Amino acid sequence: MEAFAYVAPSSIDEAVAELARHAKKGHRTQVLAGGTDLLVQMRGADIEPRILVDIKNVAETNRLHLGNNEIFIGAAIPSAVLNENAELVELLPGLLEAADLIGSTQIQGRATLGGNLCNASPAGDTIPAMIAVGVSCVIAGGKGQREMPVEKFVVGVGRNALEAGEFLVGLKIPRPKSRAADAYLRFTPRTEMDIAVAGCGVSVTLDAKGLCKEARVAIGAVAPTAILVPAAANALIGTTLDDAALAAAAAACSDAASPITDKRGTIDFRRKVVGVLCRRATAIARDRALARKVLGV
Amino acid sequence: MSESIDYKLVGTSPVRPDGVDKVTGRAQYGADLNLPNQIHGKVLRSPHAHARIKRIDTSRATAMPGVYAVITGEDFPPPPEHGDVGGEAGGSIGDHARNIMARDKALYHGHAVAAVAARSLRIADEALAAIEVEYEVLEPVLDLDAAMAPGAPLLDENCFTKNLPEKSDKPSNIAEVMLLSRGDVDKGFEEADVIVEGEYRIPMAHQGYIEPHACIANTNEAGQSTVWCCTQAHFDFRAITAKVLNMNVADLKFIASEIGGGFGGKTVVYLEPLAVLLSRKARRPVKMKMTREEVFRATGPTSGTHCKIKVGAKKDGTLTAATAWMAYEAGAYAGAPMGPGALTVFVPYHLENFKVEGYEVLVNKPKVGAYRAPGAPQSMHAMESAIDDLARELNMDPLDLRLKNAAEEGTRASYGPKFPVIGLKECLRAAKAHPNYTRALPEGAGRGVAVGFWFNFGLQSSAEVHVNENGTVTVVEGNPDIGGSRASMCIMAAETLGVPYESVRTLIGDTESTGFSNSTGGSRTTFATGMAVVRACEDIIAQCRARAAVTWGIDEDQVLWVDGQAIPASGVNDELKPLSLADIAENAAKTGGPLLSRASLTAKGAGPSFSVNIADLQVDRDTGKIDVLAFTAIQDAGRAIHKAYVEGQLQGGAAQGLGWALNEEYIYNADGIMENAGFLDYRMPVASDLPMIDTQIVEVPNPRHPYGVRGVGETPIVAPLAAAANAVRDAIGIRIHDLPLSPPRVLAALDAAAD
Repeated sequence: MEAFAYVAPSSIDEAVAELARHAKKGHRTQVLAGGTDLLVQMRGADIEPRILVDIKNVAETNRLHLGNNEIFIGAAIPSAVLNENAELVELLPGLLEAADLIGSTQIQGRATLGGNLCNASPAGDTIPAMIAVGVSCVIAGGKGQREMPVEKFVVGVGRNALEAGEFLVGLKIPRPKSRAADAYLRFTPRTEMDIAVAGCGVSVTLDAKGLCKEARVAIGAVAPTAILVPAAANALIGTTLDDAALAAAAAACSDAASPITDKRGTIDFRRKVVGVLCRRATAIARDRALARKVLGV
Repeated sequence: MSESIDYKLVGTSPVRPDGVDKVTGRAQYGADLNLPNQIHGKVLRSPHAHARIKRIDTSRATAMPGVYAVITGEDFPPPPEHGDVGGEAGGSIGDHARNIMARDKALYHGHAVAAVAARSLRIADEALAAIEVEYEVLEPVLDLDAAMAPGAPLLDENCFTKNLPEKSDKPSNIAEVMLLSRGDVDKGFEEADVIVEGEYRIPMAHQGYIEPHACIANTNEAGQSTVWCCTQAHFDFRAITAKVLNMNVADLKFIASEIGGGFGGKTVVYLEPLAVLLSRKARRPVKMKMTREEVFRATGPTSGTHCKIKVGAKKDGTLTAATAWMAYEAGAYAGAPMGPGALTVFVPYHLENFKVEGYEVLVNKPKVGAYRAPGAPQSMHAMESAIDDLARELNMDPLDLRLKNAAEEGTRASYGPKFPVIGLKECLRAAKAHPNYTRALPEGAGRGVAVGFWFNFGLQSSAEVHVNENGTVTVVEGNPDIGGSRASMCIMAAETLGVPYESVRTLIGDTESTGFSNSTGGSRTTFATGMAVVRACEDIIAQCRARAAVTWGIDEDQVLWVDGQAIPASGVNDELKPLSLADIAENAAKTGGPLLSRASLTAKGAGPSFSVNIADLQVDRDTGKIDVLAFTAIQDAGRAIHKAYVEGQLQGGAAQGLGWALNEEYIYNADGIMENAGFLDYRMPVASDLPMIDTQIVEVPNPRHPYGVRGVGETPIVAPLAAAANAVRDAIGIRIHDLPLSPPRVLAALDAAAD
């Protein structure tokens, strides 16, 4: 590992100023939150930053707010902290399950949703789950703050939409209505300590009769980036999420996938399994939404 | 089935003596030792799977500040022309020397071509990058079919197939052939009512020990070196290092660290001669440790194999004939466990007519190393799968079919000699009677059974016993403790001497402070080294009787040793108060000095060990994923010395065998580069992948060991492969011949059957 400098700004403005200063000098700069991807990459000499800008001391990146209309999750909050918040787990079970699949308990003490998103791995578990629940990314930079939908944030394998001098502050999520719920499933050969061969996040909103009003389906590890699959959502909307609808959505996911054959699975295998995951995750989201009506959330 | 002998300690599970240091992080493993002025060694590895080394220019690296030494094949004496490496890590010393450092050819991706020692790891990495190697890249030979094909590119132009009926003058990638036969197989198959056939392929798999190879070597100006390393065999490491470097054994001292797993893989020398040579050149201690990636790419996994089996039986299940054809990947150099594979394939059965044809084949992959019962899991996976198919054809219970044909005492083993007392039938009956065999399966799940076996070895061992001044006991022996042998030695010493377990400490001596012992391998340590320990303890007892006789002023033959004390023979001298070991030790100065004994031996009579495994698996028909619902490992231990450790061996072997069966495999690209050189994608099971493994220890004592020990370390990994495959067959109705039973393979088989 090469020698590097470390700064830990305590406000968004300071962080933006640090990033701008180093961007101007052309230094290789990396934002550090939990570091669970970054440090491994630095040890493996995949990347060799000169400057690490630690954003964990910035208040806004640690803010967790469960508003009546909107939820805000700071980019530097460890996933273990999120999973200890019972109300958040109740509201977004799929997203939190995705976070809980990443790494071991020890890793989750540091790993963040923001980091998983910025790392932009095709197999990142929380990304399809975030797309499913309609996350907006809050980005700070020299020109102030901007927001963009999560499905636009990841632009390629290991690449995100942040420009030089910008960093991810947090995630905004519409608060799920009553009779809405999400779910995330991934496929791995092992039970844990593994990486998705395919993943699928689903959120559904049901009306009073149990008909699906809204749906979002996203798939991961079967394309260079996690992708939203509108055809799968369309197959669900207007149905009772019966077996036929689930099968149609599954087929749409298999069609939308453009996987590769590699050490983790073949094209055929991934195509097929991502459909299976869609079917199973949708059923879980549906059952959760049906159960939620009594909560009056 | 166990003899009723009233042991006080044998068969119990006292606290392990190394436990506290290991769980608190105090234990010193291979990379934990640091010496003043030490520098760091790193290896430059071939980026090609097959290449001629035309030129190596180390001048830029040598000139770099902070670089103390650079070595290549030219710094080594010529590889020895004669001699083999003993134990389970096969091959010639010369090939080991070439494997440790490539000379004219790099034979696999990751093969060492140069090494440096530098002030820091970073400088060492920079120095490696500054070494220029000119390669002539050759076509790699990456699998058995390609290597055995006529006209295949040759790894070694001087390799002529050994053991051919007619000596060949044409070089070949087939290093060795083994042919075994008995009776008349044609006649046997004619007599058969049912014949089953199968063809099975298994890719290379790694032992997956947690601790990567590490060592530190310190060479003085007289050329004498001390090496600390993690090894299963510090005496063997000394011998091989001496031969590879053409050194006097007396100039090398090896000290074994604690060891974080080996499973056979740490009987093979990789880093130590490099560290010695670098340290000699640099005149400083040189520390070397492999990364996990290096462990995967450059240390010996076990062979990838291809086996064909044909078995015939009469309607009543009597086996009439069997043939086996098998090819084992050796990797870059000869030394694959094809021999034991061929010798074990039919071992559980009474067979009048059989034929076995085995091939050991060079391919451009790492030289294979020993892995727990080397060779047997692959060949027995094939046979035990075929026997399962046969039981279905015959509509017989698979355990009954095995019981009908099971070898027993007096059966002429397929590998030659007549079996002594063995426990195969006892294990089969125990499986039949086990509640896990008849318990109802959940919907869609399957159950499979299979038999496992290992010969177990004796070889050379030494031990010393010192009695301290208060009657406590120190045992010194020369086998690194990889599976709990210190606890077993303490139990056997305490049982023999009649003292409490807590009174005995066992330590592993270095190569200068204790007598020679062969490796901790071949499931031999508790058997052979245990035998030496017991013998040395018996000598202490004899000495104690003599000391008591002196103390009492009576004849030695009037003194008995009972329950850890000297007592006068009954009827005479009844007034004398018994003397404990502590009493005698406290008085030793007056009776002849400290009590000390030793024993050394070549242990004969190692007891073969059989097992039966029962696997319950569930298959997700939509994804091909397999869940292990239950697993039962039943094995004849002869006698369990430390019961919990024996259970741990059974459970550990099951876990490794299931990983091999379900997900583990070396995945290569077309250039011969391993694509999954890390634990993320080389998928060993994690704890949550496995249920609690049930064990049942069967005890059919080995009459050739003072406590009946057979050796238990290796047999446990043999049966899980076929037990899992047979359970999948039971669950989905499809025989998948190849391993691993990874989700893509299982799903493809389900899809193919549905079409």
